[in-house]
Amino acid sequence: MSTPYTTIIGLEVHVQLATQSKLFCGCPAQFGAEPNTQTCPVCMGLPGSLPVMNRAAYELSLKTAVALHCEIPTFTKWDRKQYFYPDLPKGYQISQFDLPMSANGYMKISDDKGRFEPKKVGITRAHLEEDAGKSIHDEVTGKADSEIDLNRTGTPLLEIVSEPDMRSSAEARAYLQELKLLLTYIGVSDCNMQEGSLRVDANVNLHLETPVGHVATPIVEIKNMNSFRAVQQALDYEAKRQYRVWQETGQKLGDSPKQTRGWDDATGKTMAQRSKEESSDYRYFPDPDLVPVRTTAERVEEVRAALGELPADLRTRLTATHGLSAYDADVLVNQGPDIVKYFLLAAETSGDYKGACNWVTQDILRSVKEQDVAIDQFAVSALQLAALITAINDGQLPKPRAKEVFELMLVDRMDVAAAINTLGIEQVDESALVTLCQDLLRANPKIVADVQNGKHQAIGPLVGQAKKKNPNADPGRVREICLELVARGE
Amino acid sequence: MAITRADVEKVALLARLQLTDGELKMMTTDLSQIVTYVDLLAEVDTEGVEPMAHAVEVSNVFAEDEVRPSLPREQALANAPGRNERGYLVPPVLGG
Amino acid sequence: MSLINSTATEALDLLAKGQITSVALTSAYLQRIADTDDQIGAFLRVDADAALARAAQIDQRRQAKQPLGKLAGLPVAVKDVLCDSQTQTTCGSQMLASYRPPYDATVVARLKSADAVLLGRTNMDEFAMGGSTENSAFQLTRNPWDLNRTPGGSSGGAAACVAAGMTPLSIGSDTGGSIRQPAGLCGVVGLKPTYGRVSRYGLVAFASSLDQVGPLAANTTDAALLLEAIAGHDTQDATSLDAPVPRFSAEIDRPLTGLRIGVVREHFTTGLDGEIEHAVRRALDVYQSQGATIKEISLPHSKYAVATYYVIAPSEASSNLARYDGVHYGHRTDRAELLDELATEQKELESAGDREALKNIDNGLVRMYRRSRAEGFGPEVKRRIMLGAYALSAGYYDAYYLKGLKVRRLIRQDFDAAFQQVDLIAGPVTAQAAFKLGEMAGDPLAMYLVDLYTVSANLAGLPGISLPCGFTQSGLPIGLQLQAPPLAEDTLLRGARMYEQATEWHKKKVPI
Ligand SMILES: [Mg+2]
Ligand SMILES: [Zn+2]
Repeated sequence: MSTPYTTIIGLEVHVQLATQSKLFCGCPAQFGAEPNTQTCPVCMGLPGSLPVMNRAAYELSLKTAVALHCEIPTFTKWDRKQYFYPDLPKGYQISQFDLPMSANGYMKISDDKGRFEPKKVGITRAHLEEDAGKSIHDEVTGKADSEIDLNRTGTPLLEIVSEPDMRSSAEARAYLQELKLLLTYIGVSDCNMQEGSLRVDANVNLHLETPVGHVATPIVEIKNMNSFRAVQQALDYEAKRQYRVWQETGQKLGDSPKQTRGWDDATGKTMAQRSKEESSDYRYFPDPDLVPVRTTAERVEEVRAALGELPADLRTRLTATHGLSAYDADVLVNQGPDIVKYFLLAAETSGDYKGACNWVTQDILRSVKEQDVAIDQFAVSALQLAALITAINDGQLPKPRAKEVFELMLVDRMDVAAAINTLGIEQVDESALVTLCQDLLRANPKIVADVQNGKHQAIGPLVGQAKKKNPNADPGRVREICLELVARGE
Repeated sequence: MAITRADVEKVALLARLQLTDGELKMMTTDLSQIVTYVDLLAEVDTEGVEPMAHAVEVSNVFAEDEVRPSLPREQALANAPGRNERGYLVPPVLGG
Repeated sequence: MSLINSTATEALDLLAKGQITSVALTSAYLQRIADTDDQIGAFLRVDADAALARAAQIDQRRQAKQPLGKLAGLPVAVKDVLCDSQTQTTCGSQMLASYRPPYDATVVARLKSADAVLLGRTNMDEFAMGGSTENSAFQLTRNPWDLNRTPGGSSGGAAACVAAGMTPLSIGSDTGGSIRQPAGLCGVVGLKPTYGRVSRYGLVAFASSLDQVGPLAANTTDAALLLEAIAGHDTQDATSLDAPVPRFSAEIDRPLTGLRIGVVREHFTTGLDGEIEHAVRRALDVYQSQGATIKEISLPHSKYAVATYYVIAPSEASSNLARYDGVHYGHRTDRAELLDELATEQKELESAGDREALKNIDNGLVRMYRRSRAEGFGPEVKRRIMLGAYALSAGYYDAYYLKGLKVRRLIRQDFDAAFQQVDLIAGPVTAQAAFKLGEMAGDPLAMYLVDLYTVSANLAGLPGISLPCGFTQSGLPIGLQLQAPPLAEDTLLRGARMYEQATEWHKKKVPI
C-alpha cells in the first residue's frame, strides 16, 4: 500500500563573488592558477596576520541581498566557525553566525511547461564567508598523503539559504536557474559550477499523510552535486530512498540526527558520509580581528536604485509592453544578461521587439552555439541585426531572402547593405513579374492543364523556375500571379 | 562549576589535544578550580547590557578590491613540515 | 662614562651630533649582554653581527648626510612574538621553534624604517601566556634585582634586558598586563597603549581583542620616544585607530596643570602588600605636592575583571591557536610513531572487544593534529586552550563567553564614568613585588590573580603605564600604574614624567 507524500526541499547555495582579490587579503581570486601560487600570510593564516574586509565583496553581497528582497540589518558582524581541516589554515572559517548581513527575502519561480504553479521561495538568509582551500586525496588506495592547495582559501562566498519551500526537484532546479540568472544579471558572480563558483547543498525530507496522521522523515543534507541536472537527479533519488527507508524502518524526524549524504554521479545514488566527521561543535564567536559593518537605510536605497532591471521585471516588460509571448520572453530572458543586452539593443534600435526576438532565439542562438563564441564576439553585431530587421520592415529586403543576407553577414562579415548588394537583391517591378509568369505558363502547357483540372499544387515547379530566372522574384507573388493568369485563361 | 573528566576528554578532542592520563587528571582539577572562580560572574546583573567583543567601537573598515602580490610558492611552502613541489602534504583523512 | 649609562634620548642626541657612533653604542650594549645575560637569560637570540652591520650602515648614512629615521642608531630589543621576516620567531614555543615568517610585523617594519638597530629577540611566556616568563619553552629569565626571582611576564625578557642595561629600548606586548607587570617587577617603565594605537599586524596573537604592543625603557621620555616610532594607523589591521600620533617625547616635560588623579577604592582592599601600598600612597603625596588633586573613585566591577579576563582571553586564544596544527608550518609529530601508536591502540581495543571505542578511534589526520599540538604546546598554553574551548562550547557560551562580554562592557562603563571626574587613575601594578621562581608552579589560579590590577585596562582598551615608585625592604622594585582614557597617552606620559622628575627611583641601577 502506498502512502501519499510531499517532498520538502531547502537549498543552500554558495556563490563566489566576482571580486578581483580575496575576501580578506590582496591575493587574486581567480580560478585555475598553479597550486599555492595565490597565497599570502593572511590567507595562509600565518601567525600574526590579520584580515581586512574587501569592500567590493561587501558591496556585491549587499546588491544580491537587495535583489533577493532581503531585509538588510543596520549592523552585521563577522564570526569564527571553528573546526580543524587541512584546507582551513587558521582552524576557523570567517563567516557570519547570528547577525548575517541579510535575511528574510524571497525569489519568485515559475515553469513555462506548467509543471508547477508560479511561487515565491523564501530566502532565510544570505551571509558572507571565506572559502576553504582544496584537498586532493588519494582516491584509489586512500593510503597516500593528501595534497593541499590554498589558492582558493579566502575567496569570497555568499551563502544563500532558502526556506524549505520547494516541493519537487523541478522546483529546485527552477530555483537554481532563476538564482543563477539573477546573480549573473546583476554581475555579482559568474556562477560557473565547473569552477566551483556556484555550489549547491540540498536539505530534503518527506511529509507523509498516513492513516494515523502527518509524519515527517529525518532531514538529509545532500552534498557533491556538480550540475543542476545532478541536483534534480539526487533529489528524485533521495525522495524515493527516504520513502523506501521509511517503509522499512518507520524512522521519523527527530529519531536520528541530521544525516549528510554525498551524491555520486557515476552510480546515480546518494551515499552516507561518515557520521564521526559530522558531529561538530563549531564554537562560533565574534571575530575580534574584524570590525562590524553598519549599513544605513539610505545606502540600501542607493543600491536598490542602482540595481537596474531584474530578470522578472524584464519578462513582464517584454510581454506587457512589447507584445512578446510569455514563452518567448522566458526563453529570451533565460539566456542570461549578455544575450539579453544584445537583444535589447537590436530591438530598441529597430523598434521591432518581436522580430528581434525571433532572430535572436532562432538564428543567432544557433549560430552562437555552433561557433561557440561569446555574443560580444559574434560576427553580426546587435546594430547590424537591427539594420537587417529594418531593411526587411522597410521593404528593401524581401523576407524570403533575409536568410541569405544573414549568411553573408555571418560568414563574410558584411554589413546589411553590402550583403544585399552582393546578392543583387532589388525590388522586382510587378509588370516584370507578370511577364515572367506569362512566359513560364506558355512554356509549360501540361502544368497549366493540371491547374485547370484543380491540381493547384502543380504550380510549384513554376515558382522554382521563376526564382532561377530572377532570384529577386517573390515566390508567393509568383504563385499568386500564375494562378490568377490560369484562372483568367490567359 | 565542577568539570568532569568526560568533559575534559570531549573538549580535548574539540581542541585537538592529546592528553596523557596524568594531564587529564590535572586538567580536570585545574579547569574545575578556574571555572569555579569564573562562576563569580554569575552574580553580576547584566540584564540589557550589550556584549562588548571589541575594545574599540570602530566599524566599516574596508580594503579596496585590488590584487596585491602573493608570496612566491617556494616562500609560501618554506615552513611546511610536509610538502612536495606543489603543495602541503598531510596524512590521509580517511585512513585509519 | 660608559655609553650604556646614557638614556636613549641622550644617546640619540650624541649620535645626531656625531659625538658617538651607532657601532660604538651597539657594541657597548652587546658587550653588556655578553657580560650579564648568561646570568639573566633575557635574550633568546642575539644577532651581534647583524646588529653591528646595521649600526655601521646607519653611521655611514649619517656621515653621508642622508636622511635618517627617528631612532637612527639606537639599539632596540624585540619580544619574540613579533614577526621579523626570514628571522626565527618562536613566541617562546616549541611549536614555532624553527619558524621563520615570510613577512615583517608592522611594528618591526616601523622600527627598521626608523633606523633602529635590532639587537635580538627577548624571552617570554609561551605565546605570551603567563606572568613570570617561566612558561617559555626555551629558558628561564631571572629578575636582575634578585636572580632567584621572576622578572614577571609575559614580557619578562623585554623588561629584564632594560633593567639590566642590556638595551636602552625594548618592545613588549601586553594582553593582561604583560608589559606593565614585568616593568613593575623589574623597576623599568612599560607602557600599554590604547587598543588600536599600535598595529597588531604581525604580532602573533594571544587574545586579539586585548593584545597591544608597547615600549619598555628605563625612563618615561625614552618610552615616549619609542612609542612615537611604532604608533599610528595601519591599514593592515582593521582594529587599528585612524588617529594622529602626537609628538609624545616633545611634550613630555610639560607638566599637567590642574591634574586630577583618581584613586580606586577597590585597589586597596585585600591582598595588597603593605610595602607596595605605602609606596603608592607616597607617590600620591608627590603628586599632591605638585598641585594635583587626589580623588577617591570607585570602579565597582573591578572585582570581576580577572574572571572576565580569564573567560575572554582563553576563548580568543583557543581560537587563535587553532592554526598551529602541524599542517602548514610549525611542529608536526613523527609520522611513524603516530601510525605505530594508532595501530597499537587498535589492536588493544580489538583484543578487548571494545567496539564503541574502536568506532571512535582517531583517524590518522585527527591523531596527527592531537599529537602535534600536544607535543608543540606547553602546559599553560594547553590549559588556556582547553579553558577557552570549554567556554565557547555548546551549552556554555552564554554562561561564560557571552556573560564575559557583558561584564566587560560594565567594566568599561565604570572607567568612562571615572574619567568624567579625573584625568588619570593611579594605583599599584601588582599586589606583591617579584615572587620567587617556581613559587607559583602548580597553582594556575594564584598565578592568574597576579593580573588583578592590570587586566582592566586591556578589557576596557585603555592606555596604562608602569613606572618605578620605590623599593621593598629587600630591594625589589615597586611599580606605580597610571591609567588614562582612550588615546590619552600624552596625558599618561606627561603625568608619569611629572612624578619621575620629582623622584630618583628610575635612576637606581641593578646590583649586577
Ligand atoms: Mg557556509
Ligand atoms: Zn592572500
